[in-house]
Amino acid sequence: MMIKTGGQIVCDALIREGVDVVFGLPGGAILPLYATLGSYPELRHVLVRHEEGASLAADGYARASGRVGVCMATSGPGATNLITGLATAMMDSVAVVAITGQVGRGAIGSDAFQETDITGATLPVTKHNYLVMDTADLAATIKEAFYIARSGRPGPVLIDIPRDVQAGEIEFDEAEWDKPVSLRGYNPPTTAEESEVAAAAALINEAERPVILAGHGVIISRAYKELRELAENAQIPVITTMLGISAFPEDHVLSTGFPGMHGMAYSSLALDQADLIVNIGGRFDDRITGDTKRFAPNAKKIHIDIDPAELGKNVKVEAPVMGDVKHVLNQLNPQVNKTTHTKWIQHVEQLKADHPSLKIRETEELLGQHVVKAISDATKGDALIVSGVGQHQMWAAQHYQFKNANSWFSSGGAGTMGYEVPAAMGAQLAHPDKEVWTFAGDGGIQMTLSEFATIAENNLPVKIAILNNNMLGMITQWQDMVFDKNFYANTYTGNPDFVKLADAYGIKALRVTNQDEMEGAINAARAHDGPFIIDFVIYRDENVFPMIPSGQSVAQLIEENL
Amino acid sequence: MVEIMANGLARRTLVALVENKPGVLARIASLFRRRGINIASLAVGASEQRDLSRMTFVAEGDPSTVGHIAKHLDKLIEVVEVADISDNNVVWREMAMVRVKADPESRHRVIQLANIFRVSIVDVGAEALTMEITGDTAKIDSMITLMDEFGVEQVMRTGRVAMLRSALSQGDEDGTYGDQISSNIIAREGLGSGSV
Repeated sequence: MMIKTGGQIVCDALIREGVDVVFGLPGGAILPLYATLGSYPELRHVLVRHEEGASLAADGYARASGRVGVCMATSGPGATNLITGLATAMMDSVAVVAITGQVGRGAIGSDAFQETDITGATLPVTKHNYLVMDTADLAATIKEAFYIARSGRPGPVLIDIPRDVQAGEIEFDEAEWDKPVSLRGYNPPTTAEESEVAAAAALINEAERPVILAGHGVIISRAYKELRELAENAQIPVITTMLGISAFPEDHVLSTGFPGMHGMAYSSLALDQADLIVNIGGRFDDRITGDTKRFAPNAKKIHIDIDPAELGKNVKVEAPVMGDVKHVLNQLNPQVNKTTHTKWIQHVEQLKADHPSLKIRETEELLGQHVVKAISDATKGDALIVSGVGQHQMWAAQHYQFKNANSWFSSGGAGTMGYEVPAAMGAQLAHPDKEVWTFAGDGGIQMTLSEFATIAENNLPVKIAILNNNMLGMITQWQDMVFDKNFYANTYTGNPDFVKLADAYGIKALRVTNQDEMEGAINAARAHDGPFIIDFVIYRDENVFPMIPSGQSVAQLIEENL
Repeated sequence: MVEIMANGLARRTLVALVENKPGVLARIASLFRRRGINIASLAVGASEQRDLSRMTFVAEGDPSTVGHIAKHLDKLIEVVEVADISDNNVVWREMAMVRVKADPESRHRVIQLANIFRVSIVDVGAEALTMEITGDTAKIDSMITLMDEFGVEQVMRTGRVAMLRSALSQGDEDGTYGDQISSNIIAREGLGSGSV
């Protein structure tokens, strides 16, 4: 037995959970923990400039590493600033643990300085949360929190710790660490019921026009090999969801793009014409289904998901299979007949030929699509790619050719603008030796560009490509196409000079205004051993196509600007 | 039985076994609120297991949303078990206290009706009686309707508590057998048989 403070227990617990990086920003109510943090060099603390940067960086770190991302903030505004990142992680099932300081136990409920009920405020955007009222509960709570965050369908877990609980000293028994986590109400599934697997296998074996719809669950479960085995054995075209991008190599002959609102026309058409959809770890999101009544009317649906609440939530499913994707595919693959589906594959190839969704129109202008294509070519599809949210995100998802598993990190469910800079920091810290590019919009980047300072301070060699059209491009597109050209609050006339701004932070930067300058700037960024920003000034009046307007179906598919 | 209400909303009964800790009800309520489901009644109390409480919800909402809510509840870490028992053979009860105007003139008739319904009088005042009614919702509803004639001053209902029938209790003589049979009993009560 030895005397330990709450802060020491927190740090010891983090190390035991395998944490090596923590994103945070101190404040009064978390100072007792920070008083200890400095004596733990194993925990690299990355000092962000805004707490949203900490939670989004933890999200990016978690996605890229497959481990739990950790962020810290003080009580009140520090904690509330984390919320956007927690909501982002919640929507996309990302394992994040947030530790917040809270006012002392005696002051809770008294509206004390910087007191916010953060467990109350984060109820709907966390998988679970805790207010730890006793130093003796810290070790078990942190262990439980990490277990919940990373197991089953991962998600964010917040631990709120009053400052006197952090500072409190207790007789600590090291045997405490060995106590297993026991939760009566939480038993995430692994393998699926054999009957469910057999029903799914039977549907696959009798299908004539099957497609696989591979979601984020394939990446979370690291089931790339198993997915590929299923696809190749039964010769099934693989469509990914937007978050499923990089679950399947895009240079594979069976790779069939991503469908939905701004997905490839051939992907949406293949889904529509299929007689069987094998949804593996996706959630039939509204950006894919549009009007659920008209979604893939000819197809039976198999839905493999670890979360029983997803099965049958959005779309009627003939064969629900509850289980972890990797386990389920290992059960399923031996029961699937080796076959060819030659006619259907040829038909899908014809769809790709007839609907060249990735063809960039002939123009002298510099388009966002050109920039993505050039970076894809220069990096040979090998880089880790992060994006913000909007037109540039869709162009990045469409035109980057992802070769490696888990190389695309984007806020899909929450659609969090400002994700691009902090998440890229997280991805780079998860993979210090890999090339990280982040695609940013001039809108989103101004939401979190305070983290330029963090990038510079830590010399993170992130390459930031701003697709700058001096406006909120996706908003403009919707106003153009859905709101009868009623343009309002869409233009940014006061944008800073991003090259000068980068210079102010000590970050190298270049501006590119035409197609000819692209390659040189990209090469310069890649050659530089440190962060680099390129301000690509792109043609303004470019909409993202294909497009299926919100709530519509493939019948309303718009393939190009009319 | 899933009740479909006049406005098209469905009413379902759920039973949950939950950790007895602060904040658990808030988590559950947050799930209902977020999906626009109204909690028509809620009864909470200790269960047979230490540290666990049992809750009975009657939830009203869009039929598909309310039909899916048990799965969402089950995702909460502190919800140990949850079942939508709307389609099961259950025994359920609700208690109500009803204060009825009863002056010396009408008191006799009120007490007579109370006796027929096997309702206990738990408080007597100069101008009013308070009765305790236990039974299914229909019984309580009919009792309150009957009392309208005298003037109902206050109604306090506990909300439904429900339990799955065990196989052995099939054929028990006391208690009702789910909605259909219980409404038969109400009908018989209406005829003055007095059997509950």
